[in-house]
Amino acid sequence: MSEIKTLSKNGLWENNPALVQLLGLCPLLAVTTTVTNALGLGLATLLVLVGSNITVSLVREWVPNEIRIPVFVIVIATFVTMIELLMNAFAYSLYLSLGIFIPLIVTNCAIIGRAEAYASKNPWHLAAYDGLAMGLGFGGVLVLLGAVREIIGQGTLFDGAELLLGEWAAALRIEVIQFDYPLLLAILPPGAFIGLGFLIAIKNGIDRLHAAKQEKQAVTKATRARVTGQT
Amino acid sequence: MIFKNMKKNGLILGAFALAATGLLVVTQFLTADRIEQQQRAELMGTLNTLIPEEMHSNDLFADCTLVTNPDVLGRSSPQPVYRARSTNGNTAIAIRTTAPNGYSGNIDMLVAINTNNKVMGVRVLQHRETPGLGDKIETRKSDWILSFTQQNIPAQESPRWEVRKDGGAFDQFTGATITPRAVINAVERTIIWANAQQESLFNAPSNCQQSGDSR
Repeated sequence: MSEIKTLSKNGLWENNPALVQLLGLCPLLAVTTTVTNALGLGLATLLVLVGSNITVSLVREWVPNEIRIPVFVIVIATFVTMIELLMNAFAYSLYLSLGIFIPLIVTNCAIIGRAEAYASKNPWHLAAYDGLAMGLGFGGVLVLLGAVREIIGQGTLFDGAELLLGEWAAALRIEVIQFDYPLLLAILPPGAFIGLGFLIAIKNGIDRLHAAKQEKQAVTKATRARVTGQT
Repeated sequence: MIFKNMKKNGLILGAFALAATGLLVVTQFLTADRIEQQQRAELMGTLNTLIPEEMHSNDLFADCTLVTNPDVLGRSSPQPVYRARSTNGNTAIAIRTTAPNGYSGNIDMLVAINTNNKVMGVRVLQHRETPGLGDKIETRKSDWILSFTQQNIPAQESPRWEVRKDGGAFDQFTGATITPRAVINAVERTIIWANAQQESLFNAPSNCQQSGDSR
C-alpha cells in the first residue's frame, strides 16, 4: 500500500517526468499546441509506458544485465509501432493530426528511464502502477501546457476534440477569448519552452511554500515542547 | 567463457527480436485492411465533396490514371488523376497535385475541374504548415480553400491568380503569405495544364490499381 502511495506521489509530483526529470521534451514541446493533441499524445504515451513497464518487468529474470538496454529498446519500439498501427486503423483522424509525433514516443527517455530505473527491478503489478503514475504525470503536464498554449494562442479550449473522442465532443469546444490575430509566440515552439518554464516555476514555488510551512510547524512544535518542559 | 556468454546473450537478444517482429507482423496483418479502408474512405470523401454524385456514373476511385509531371504536379513520382464520366460523356477530373514550396515542405492537394472551364474545388490532403497560421488551408480551420470553387480557368498564367499582397484576387492569411502563395501557384499550374490536356487525360488507361498506389 505505501509503495503504491510513494509511486503515485513520485509519478504525479515529486519526480514528475516532465517537470522534474525533464524527460520527453521533444514530443512535449512539439505537440502541446492544443488540448486535444496533448491528450492524444498523453494517452498514447501512457499506453506505451504501462505496456513496456509490464513487459520489461515480466522478462527481467531472463534478460542478462549486459543486453538489457537493447532488449528495452526492442520492447518499447514494438509497443510504439503497434500503437501507431492501431491508431492508424481505429483513430484515423487523430492519426492525421498527431502524425509524426507517434514514432517520436520511442525517443521519449521517460519510457526507457522507467524501464531501467523501476520496472527491471520490481514485480509486474508495481511496474504497471509505476507506468500509470508516470504516464498520468506526463500526460497531465501535456494537457495543462496544451490548455495554456491553446487559450493564449487561439483563444479556444478543446478545439478539434471530436477528432479524438468522437462526434459528440464537438460540443466541448469553448471560445474563451476572441482574437483577430493569433498570438504566434504561444503556438510556436518558443512558447512551449516559456510555458513549460512557468509550469516548472509554479511547481517549485508550491514546493517551497509547502517546505516553509512544514518548517514553521516543526518550529512551533519544538517551542511548545520547551514551554511544557519549563512548567 | 567469454564466447559462451556472447553466444548466450546473442541468442537471447535474437529471441527477443524475433518475438517482437512476430508481434508486429500479427498487428500489421490485423490492421492493414482497416488502414487501407480508412485512407480510401478519406480520399473518397474528399473526391465526393469535390465532384457531386449526379455528375458521374462511374467508380471515381477506380477510374484513375497515373501521371508523372514534376513541373506541374510537384512530385517526381506519379500522381493519380481521377476521371468522372456520366452517361452524357466526360464531366470532370480530379488531379492530385503537390505544392513543393510550402512553408514546411510539400502540400498535397486534390484539385477538381469540370469540362466547362471551371474549378470545382480544391482540398488539402496533407501538409506540415504551421499550426494556427498556415494550417488555415484546411477546411477544418478556415473556409479559405473554398475561394477556388467556381473560379474560371485562365488560358495561361494570370496575374489574378496571386495573393492580394502580390496584386492578385485571393486573400492571404494574417501572418502567413508563403503558404497561400504556394497553394495558389500550384493550383493555377495544375488547372491550366489539366484543362489543356483534358482529352488525353480522359483517354488514358486506368492504371492506378495495378501499381498498387492507393494514395
